[in-house]
Amino acid sequence: MKALLLTLLLLAGAARADDAQLDARTHALAQQLRCLVCQNQTIADSHAPLALDLKNRVRDQLAAGKTEAQVIDDLTAKYGDFVLYNPPVKPTTWLLWAGPALLGLGALAGLAWTLRRRAQQPAAAFEPDPEDGEELR
Amino acid sequence: MKLKALLPLLAFGLLALLLARGLQLNPREIPSPLIDKPAPAFELAALHEGKPALTSAALQGRVTLLNVWASWCTPCQQEHPLLVDFAKRQPGVQLVGLNYKDQREAAQTWLRRLGDPYHAIGFDERGQLGIEFGVYGVPETFVIDRQGRIRFKHVGPLTAELMRERIEPLLKQL
Repeated sequence: MKALLLTLLLLAGAARADDAQLDARTHALAQQLRCLVCQNQTIADSHAPLALDLKNRVRDQLAAGKTEAQVIDDLTAKYGDFVLYNPPVKPTTWLLWAGPALLGLGALAGLAWTLRRRAQQPAAAFEPDPEDGEELR
Repeated sequence: MKLKALLPLLAFGLLALLLARGLQLNPREIPSPLIDKPAPAFELAALHEGKPALTSAALQGRVTLLNVWASWCTPCQQEHPLLVDFAKRQPGVQLVGLNYKDQREAAQTWLRRLGDPYHAIGFDERGQLGIEFGVYGVPETFVIDRQGRIRFKHVGPLTAELMRERIEPLLKQL
């Protein structure tokens, strides 16, 4: 009797641990996927019905033994790369990823060039222009 | 005039072109990766009890216009007259409905009120088939060719202009 009870408790515990692991994996994956209705949120955060449907789909597929990569492939096959919350790094997105850094470098280069030009100009170039009718003293 | 003085004007011109193009785009629209791919295989209970189940086999051999709709969706109401009209004008094209995340009663009442132009309607209560088709909002409309391949998808309500300029020319070609 005690053995039966113990076995049942252990099994229940194991099932809960499995569930917890499934929940964790689902949540991790859900944070990488975009809600297509509230497009600035992940399906983990969004309360839109479609987000819940997609989260359940992710959960069911993981429970059925699919890998994270397979679940992602399944959704990108239906919704495209936009369903990934972080855009993939592909030739079409190189400019997206490199853009801010490139602009920053461009701004710094522009600043350096302007400063160097100014350093080369004679001191007189920094005097104010004479007002009309006045002479430079 | 010095060329350097024209630079700000040029820069403005380029920026204006870029922004004008941007205003013509819809950032919320998600292009479908399913274009030119076969429609997913499926079997769905019919909305009207007693009617046969809607299966993907029905998409073979005929050109199909698949319309995803729901009774709780206001834009669906706006586009519906176009579909009623379409069914009359183009009986050769199979107009199929996908009732998305709806309730049978409400959907059937809606159709009684606004007209039922569909050859068949699948009842996608939980929206599972919608996900297979990459549906993310209602209404959405798909053009499917005789081989069961998705050739065109429109997100949002149909307009007379869209029917005239994109959908009907495409249907003629298929």
